Amino acid sequence: MSTKVLARLEQAFGASILETHDQFGDDTAVVDPSRWLEIARFLRDDEACSMDHFIDLTAVDYLGRAEPRFEVVLHVRSIEKLHRVRLKARIDVSASDDAADDANAETALARIDSLVSVWPGANWFERECFDMFGVAFSGHPDLRRILMYGEFVGHPLRKDYDASKTQPLVEYRAAANEKLPPFDQHEGMSFGRQTHAQRPAARNLLGFETPGLGED
Amino acid sequence: MEPLDVELSEGELELPNDPMQVLMGPAHPAMHGTVRVVLELSGESIRKADVQIGYLHRGFEKMCERGTWTQCFPYVDRLNYASPLLNNVGFALAVEKMLGVTVPERCQHYRVALGELARICDHFVCSGAMAMELGAFTPFLYFVKARELIWDIFEEETGARVTHSFGRVGGMASPPTPAFKEMVRSSLPAALALLADGEKLLMKNRIFLDRLENVGVMSKETAVSLGWTGVVLRSTGVPYDVRKVHPYMTYDRYDFEVPVGTRGDNYDRFMCRAEEIRQSVRIIEQALAMMPDEGPMNVDDPRIVLPQKDEVYSTIEGTIQHFKIVMEGIKIPAGECYSYTEAGNGELGFYIVSDGSGTPYRVRIRPPCFASTQGLERMIVGAMVPDIVPTFGSINMIGGECDH
Repeated sequence: MSTKVLARLEQAFGASILETHDQFGDDTAVVDPSRWLEIARFLRDDEACSMDHFIDLTAVDYLGRAEPRFEVVLHVRSIEKLHRVRLKARIDVSASDDAADDANAETALARIDSLVSVWPGANWFERECFDMFGVAFSGHPDLRRILMYGEFVGHPLRKDYDASKTQPLVEYRAAANEKLPPFDQHEGMSFGRQTHAQRPAARNLLGFETPGLGED
Repeated sequence: MEPLDVELSEGELELPNDPMQVLMGPAHPAMHGTVRVVLELSGESIRKADVQIGYLHRGFEKMCERGTWTQCFPYVDRLNYASPLLNNVGFALAVEKMLGVTVPERCQHYRVALGELARICDHFVCSGAMAMELGAFTPFLYFVKARELIWDIFEEETGARVTHSFGRVGGMASPPTPAFKEMVRSSLPAALALLADGEKLLMKNRIFLDRLENVGVMSKETAVSLGWTGVVLRSTGVPYDVRKVHPYMTYDRYDFEVPVGTRGDNYDRFMCRAEEIRQSVRIIEQALAMMPDEGPMNVDDPRIVLPQKDEVYSTIEGTIQHFKIVMEGIKIPAGECYSYTEAGNGELGFYIVSDGSGTPYRVRIRPPCFASTQGLERMIVGAMVPDIVPTFGSINMIGGECDH
């Protein structure tokens, strides 16, 4: 149905459209990541495409199976013409972040342009993609974690993130306008009786700090 | 005793004029326990809002990468727990699309009937909860009673009331019970009567209308570019319903209408849901009339569908077949596909990637309410704090789905 769109893309961008297929009836174009934003804008603005309806943006991690490692996948459709297209770009953890050693491998980011300026709906989807895969979207107005909390280490949907991995305990946070981690320091940890000396944070909160009781 | 403030003249009173920050949720009852809105207020009007989700994140996509394709069904149940059967069918259709199989006609009508019943439940819960959050408790009880009638059908059919896990790749877990059509036909008029009763209490209620009309208005263009689908999009006037625009299963054979709104406010969303319940009832009646009483339920392919239990215990072929499917999983051809259906609150998409093994390589869910909740901020900035409650209620945010 939308092979027209693929033909139009190939005509307009030529060598930047790396490959196309329509497996299971889904028209797909793999594009050059450096022209990601440009092609997306073309899809929205071009008369023959008019892909105004943002549907989905996500990523797939092909660690050890393909190079580059990540595939960012975009689905859009046209309200008026009723056709759909899937756009993919293959990216890797960027070279500038690569200087760090293996310890930083799980936090190193891959980079691609943000599509928020084309479809505002991409905002949360890109934040989720950043949160889950560590794909940083350049030009995103507010790239924060969305499903996880700020102190979360790593990106859980990467294939090298072990499903049974545990996260470090988060310190009590007084400024509450950021998203809270699931447990604070004293929750879910110990069911035994706790003395005041073991709970410095709670003591400060209540405001009666007894001199001499603390550790200095 | 002298009053303490007797010497205080008005000039000395220092009222704070900094913007006030209010943290609404996640424990706030109107936030459904799963969403938090950080508000910056000037007086009672909202200057800035930051909607924070993820409090119900369970790693759905990660979990799906660990088992077989069939083992995903209990997980998809828990996405939109207000209408789990629609999720079951949506996921089954996605996998069937990759396998290239189509279930027998009897099963298609059965799936449609169960799915539409689930959609009715979903709309009842959403509208009822919204009314309850505005203080109208009686309509909520009516709507929940109507849902109860449908849950009784589900209990009879699937054995479970809330999370059915009833879908299977290539069919359903079991064929309809002999009393299925009779039960549905006798329950639907009662449910519709309860809908009418509830509406009667709400639609002439000045307080309810004042809090709905022209509150939470969303324009057509913004809704489209935000990726809205489902009732929330149709309320703005865009007639996009997957069942009509890209018909799947047997939806092209039923006669039904797609209600659309004009202003995209809370009132339109409420009315669209009420009308969709009536349209779903029409679809169910037609599906029941077209559904044959006899005939196969599942596709006839031993690589996909589990054998009957007595065969498993008595024949070696049955045992092997059962073992292969349970232990290795159904082998899905390598590749990627995006399959989408109309769920309770919009286009529920599954983008699945298979490497040809019995375990999914990647299952991506496109949660419809994730996109809708994203638009909440735009609807409430500039409004008043009490407007958040009906606006949030009317976008039908389901925590399990939004946070997957």
